Amino acid sequence: MKQKGWKDLPPGSVILEGGSAARFKTGSWRAFRPVWIEENCIQCLFCWIYCPDMAVKVKDGKRTEFDYDFCKGCGICALECPGKKGKKAIEMVEEGK
Amino acid sequence: MAKVVAVTGNEAVANALRQVNPDVCGIYPITPQTDMMQRYASYISNGKVDTEAILVESEHSSMSACIGASAAGGRVVTATSSQGLALMWEMLHIASGDRLPIIMPVVNRALSAPLNIHGDHSDAMGCRDTGWIQIWSENGQEAYDNTIQAFRVGEHMDIRLPVMVCMDGFIISHSIERMEYLEDDEVKKFVGPFKNLFPLLDLEKPKSYGPLILTDLYHEYKKAQHEVMLKVKDVVLEVAKDFEKMSGRKYGLFETYRLEDADIAIVILNSAAGTTKDVVDELRDKGIKAGLLKPRLFRPFPYEEMAEALKNARAVCVMDRSDSFGGYGPLFMEVSSALYQLKNRPALINKIYGLGGRDYLPSHGEMVFNELAEIAAGGKIKAYKEYIGVRE
Amino acid sequence: MATPLTLKELSKKEELFTHGHRMCAGCGAPTIVKMVLLATEYPVVAANATGCLEVSTCISEYTAWKIPWIHTAFENAAATLSGVETMYRSLKKQGKIDKDVKFIAFGGDGGTYDIGFQSLSGAMERGHDMIYICYDNGAYMNTGIQRSSATPMGADTTTCPAGSCVPGKLRPRKNLTKIMAEHNIPYAAQASPSHWMDLMKKVRKAHELPGAKFLNVISPCNRGWRSKTNDAITLSRLAVNTCYWPLYEIEEGITKVTYTPKEKLPLLDFIKPQGRFKHLFEPGNEWLLKAMQEEVDREWAKLQAAEKCGC
Repeated sequence: MKQKGWKDLPPGSVILEGGSAARFKTGSWRAFRPVWIEENCIQCLFCWIYCPDMAVKVKDGKRTEFDYDFCKGCGICALECPGKKGKKAIEMVEEGK
Repeated sequence: MAKVVAVTGNEAVANALRQVNPDVCGIYPITPQTDMMQRYASYISNGKVDTEAILVESEHSSMSACIGASAAGGRVVTATSSQGLALMWEMLHIASGDRLPIIMPVVNRALSAPLNIHGDHSDAMGCRDTGWIQIWSENGQEAYDNTIQAFRVGEHMDIRLPVMVCMDGFIISHSIERMEYLEDDEVKKFVGPFKNLFPLLDLEKPKSYGPLILTDLYHEYKKAQHEVMLKVKDVVLEVAKDFEKMSGRKYGLFETYRLEDADIAIVILNSAAGTTKDVVDELRDKGIKAGLLKPRLFRPFPYEEMAEALKNARAVCVMDRSDSFGGYGPLFMEVSSALYQLKNRPALINKIYGLGGRDYLPSHGEMVFNELAEIAAGGKIKAYKEYIGVRE
Repeated sequence: MATPLTLKELSKKEELFTHGHRMCAGCGAPTIVKMVLLATEYPVVAANATGCLEVSTCISEYTAWKIPWIHTAFENAAATLSGVETMYRSLKKQGKIDKDVKFIAFGGDGGTYDIGFQSLSGAMERGHDMIYICYDNGAYMNTGIQRSSATPMGADTTTCPAGSCVPGKLRPRKNLTKIMAEHNIPYAAQASPSHWMDLMKKVRKAHELPGAKFLNVISPCNRGWRSKTNDAITLSRLAVNTCYWPLYEIEEGITKVTYTPKEKLPLLDFIKPQGRFKHLFEPGNEWLLKAMQEEVDREWAKLQAAEKCGC
């Protein structure tokens, strides 16, 4: 990628595109990967509200897959997941295994 | 039609601000500026302006709030002096780095310690590297005129930088002089409506102000800031031309007084220039070719133009009303840098005068000119830098 | 009509704080910001004090903010935002803007309790229409876990390290929420991301009250608290249930506890999972543990008494 020169910069270093961080993927930070086990999911959406990285995709009020482009693997979702009948709907699995 | 009035410098600048009618102003008291912004506050209380005031709890917050207000999208002013300007120092860099055209009259005053409320230039010189445009004023008329012009310069779409308009504390801020006011509608027309660049309050296009910029781009941003400063001179002259058309009063990057054929010259800022002009006249009456140069635009500094103006003098003294302890006075350093580029340059000395409001008298100017005459005649320079008007 | 405060309905809203920010894995602060913005039903402009949240969400050309956002320096988020809000009022008065806009400042505890205290106090006293939200992680985490006036008693930080002579921080925390309420502002409250509904209700209430509001939110930091990356919500819940971080609000001077734990847990439950307190379990430091529990009990009793007396 060609780096910007001084003539290419907006005055005052203002960022003119709101939400441009969505182009910066943080998924490679992950050491552990959350795995969604749909049959144990009661759609409480705790994983969605507690996720610090907005990495739980939700469609029409229901969670779908994790967004692995952004999930940093903190594991909050798995810990907070109430699961169904004592069975968690999210498990953390070591990356590369 | 111009209106002739007898007012103080503070009153004149407060009136200039009223005529411009900014959207927001930060107000915080500090001697000798206080009187200016309390006058402005009375305009607000009496419905003479549309301005919303922020009655901040410090100058640091004043400049912070002005930055927020300016980024939000509108015309913003505040005013300060001395310790207040020093307290703002951190935020001054952010105002210029964010390219926000905040206009700030600075009523020049000494810095502590020891505590002193009187006029010298330590405050504004202390922030000459903050990226602000600095315009200096000899008297109340110039302070008034420069304040009005500052909006056009700072808000120019090719510039977008904050501007300080400097005038001497007490000597100018509190002395009544005869001057001419422009009509309200003339000023309004001259300054024009505020144009936005990146207004934060444009909700449709959300922007982020103040990102973290690391090694990959910081250097480029600073280069861009330097480059925009290089464009300021032309804009200052263009605005001055328009101002002259309206007011009949001529302004440049600096003023020269009987300098063209001068053998000896003094370079001096603000009110003391007026005193020195009288000395020049007296010497000229005696057949001595004395002259004066009074800088107006100090940041950016017009190096080439000043070198051109001073190149024929044989000896020049730069007089500083502030000091860079252990170095030369700040004005001297600039003039010295300007003259160094010349093949044949005048001899150059530096005098420090009038700190903390110490009187600068015609006899001081005369003494300096006498010394310059000796140097011009081939005499040795006794001291490159010297305090004058000081007791042993 | 306002979006009902159910996760199902809230999840249909556009998230105004995006992924791609660079806060540490498991940080509490982004979740708080997300909740605050989800609760907000108005166009909103935010200011941010220098700190973790600021440096990690707006770098180079990448901003996680889909709302107008401004950062200027460390100690002045409240002053900066008071400028933005004043310009808004000026333009509205002049008929140059017609929308209803809300204003939120975010600052960490260093930028709020310490260096930003004066600027915050000034903005609250002046009554700018804004909510100042402190995400309180109890130390200068961005610079590497230095003690702030929000650091809890007993904590080990890099500037009050637990050593052989000094067992970490010896002074109790500054009670900033109460200090802010004493500015005679319409609303000051404490919240926790573990209790998302309570937090969001407080944000909504604050938005509806004119003037300056203050919200103090506990924000676990696994780097500084020396805990696990997955326990931000669990620890903030324990902070609430031990009454270390009671959830309450002070509206027009009247105190109300918004959540009372069914069973008040011992403070140990909150501090044991955190490495910053591990030295307290060494022989000789029992007195400090005791003092910490007493401090929590005393503050909790004072809060309950304030609620009871209607003050």
